Amino acid sequence: MFSQINPRARGLLAALALLLLILPWIANNYVLSVAVLILYFAYTGQAWNVMMGFCGQLSLGHSLYVGIGGYSAAALFVHFGIGPWGGALVAVAASMLVGAIIGFLAFRFGIGGVYFALLTIAFAEFTRLGFDHWQWLGASGGFFLPVKQREFNDLLNLRGSPVMFYYVMLALATAALAFCTWLLRTRIGYYWLAIREDQQAAQALGINTFRCKMIAVLISSGMTSLAGVFFAFYYNNLFPEQIFNMGRSIEIILGPIIGGIGTLFGPILGAALLALLADGITELMAQIGIELPGIKQVFYGSCLLLVTMFLPNGVWPALARRLGLVSAPGPDPAGNTVRHPDG
Amino acid sequence: MNRLDDMPGAAPARPILSIRNLDLYYGDAQALDDVSIEVGEGQIVAIIGANGAGKTSLIRAVAGIEKPRAGRIVFRGQDVTGLESFATCNLGLGQVAEGRQIFPTLSVLENLQVGAMLPRARAKAQRTQEEVYAMFPRLAERRGQLAGTLSGGEQQMLAIGRCLMGQPEFIMFDEPSLGLAPTVVQEVFQTIRKLNARGLAILLVEQNVALSLKLAAHAYVLENGRVVMSGSGAALLSDDRVRRAYLGL
Repeated sequence: MFSQINPRARGLLAALALLLLILPWIANNYVLSVAVLILYFAYTGQAWNVMMGFCGQLSLGHSLYVGIGGYSAAALFVHFGIGPWGGALVAVAASMLVGAIIGFLAFRFGIGGVYFALLTIAFAEFTRLGFDHWQWLGASGGFFLPVKQREFNDLLNLRGSPVMFYYVMLALATAALAFCTWLLRTRIGYYWLAIREDQQAAQALGINTFRCKMIAVLISSGMTSLAGVFFAFYYNNLFPEQIFNMGRSIEIILGPIIGGIGTLFGPILGAALLALLADGITELMAQIGIELPGIKQVFYGSCLLLVTMFLPNGVWPALARRLGLVSAPGPDPAGNTVRHPDG
Repeated sequence: MNRLDDMPGAAPARPILSIRNLDLYYGDAQALDDVSIEVGEGQIVAIIGANGAGKTSLIRAVAGIEKPRAGRIVFRGQDVTGLESFATCNLGLGQVAEGRQIFPTLSVLENLQVGAMLPRARAKAQRTQEEVYAMFPRLAERRGQLAGTLSGGEQQMLAIGRCLMGQPEFIMFDEPSLGLAPTVVQEVFQTIRKLNARGLAILLVEQNVALSLKLAAHAYVLENGRVVMSGSGAALLSDDRVRRAYLGL
């Protein structure tokens, strides 16, 4: 994928990487917090994209894995003094187990499409209800991590300054991009695309669709739970009503939808656009002096509507073509293939 | 069942596929009822029948996509009844499904590559790809193009080529002429004949009765999930009942 994108795109990518690396020196705390949010949604969008964008399985309950990840690591930290990196292992394992249960139920019994999506919502919802009553984890009153003023950044325990959190999230998002790029080049990546395009045809070709879909769910849920671990240590508080909320699941999927489902850079671009749009609208409203409750949401929704109307494949494919980052699809004398707009 | 034996005493070819007393249900609805069919090595066998007669169900049962309730499917002497489709495919049992199910947003080359990922086919993928391109030069010309942008005929060629990438020894074709222009239909049947000449055994399910009976060494008539008639292609072609029911003569 990276080898297939042209020098111009590679240059742009290098410039972006450099900007992100030096951002803490040139940006204030507010900008940095927005950047963390963008990277967070770029990461979760990437994780969700593995299931939906690559393998075609629509999950509307990804907040489930964020919540399980966050609560697992936080509980181990608070109750047993186990640091977030050890906790992350448990968090990933727990999320993958839940993902495996959902996947097994759905794929073994042929639940697909919207019914699969409903199943993912149902699991997220009843997990939320369960956590609402789990006293050991604070129940609906919330679960809090101890916060202390610190002299130095403690990366081992994820206690420290916003800059440290920024770099941790940047590393996660970068790793997710690299991982997904690699995944698409492997055999399973091809199998996923085949299943996404036409599951019956994939089956007829001898692809083990059950196994491939299970792997997609496992990878996606495991990746997403790491975002949950980050969330817990970044915000230091967890409320079932918030973290398992269906609105959170929707937030995760908006980025890839706006940016371009199934593309590698779509989730990143989508996350950036949405965050800037939300902040931009707030700023604009303040400038004009309009104070209408709900007007921000209306404007936000309208923008989403316009994007999906005029760019149904997302912003990234169109933008990449416009900027000349990919060659136009068509016969290619070199025999190279043009898979997705991002290479 | 009526058996029209046109060549009494002819030794039957050694079977590559033999289906015995197959029953298949979708819930309570019976799709196949005591179906027995045999395909010899290197033979083209046609299954004809109206819509809903159970032709596609038969292919799906052999491929392992549907699980039969009773009966046995033996491929190359091995019982494959109830095996999953990824297992049957890897034994060399290929299929070109109904409706040209290509992967539209993958390129022609990628479609072919996905077909070659079966364990049995991986090592020879490069050589098979050259063979497929030699057979279908149009695919070679359009290798980088998205499969969804191909014409109907080209998509059918791609579906066949993709199946060949998996190194099948036996191919089941489900309505390969469906929705294609008459000249393209001729081309598809030419291709099937060519594949057969290379030694591939073929099970051909078709609504184009005249063409498939001309091509087939042996044919079965399926009605409401049952085999009601069988015989050589030529014998069925000249049978009055077949002519009335399927050829409108």
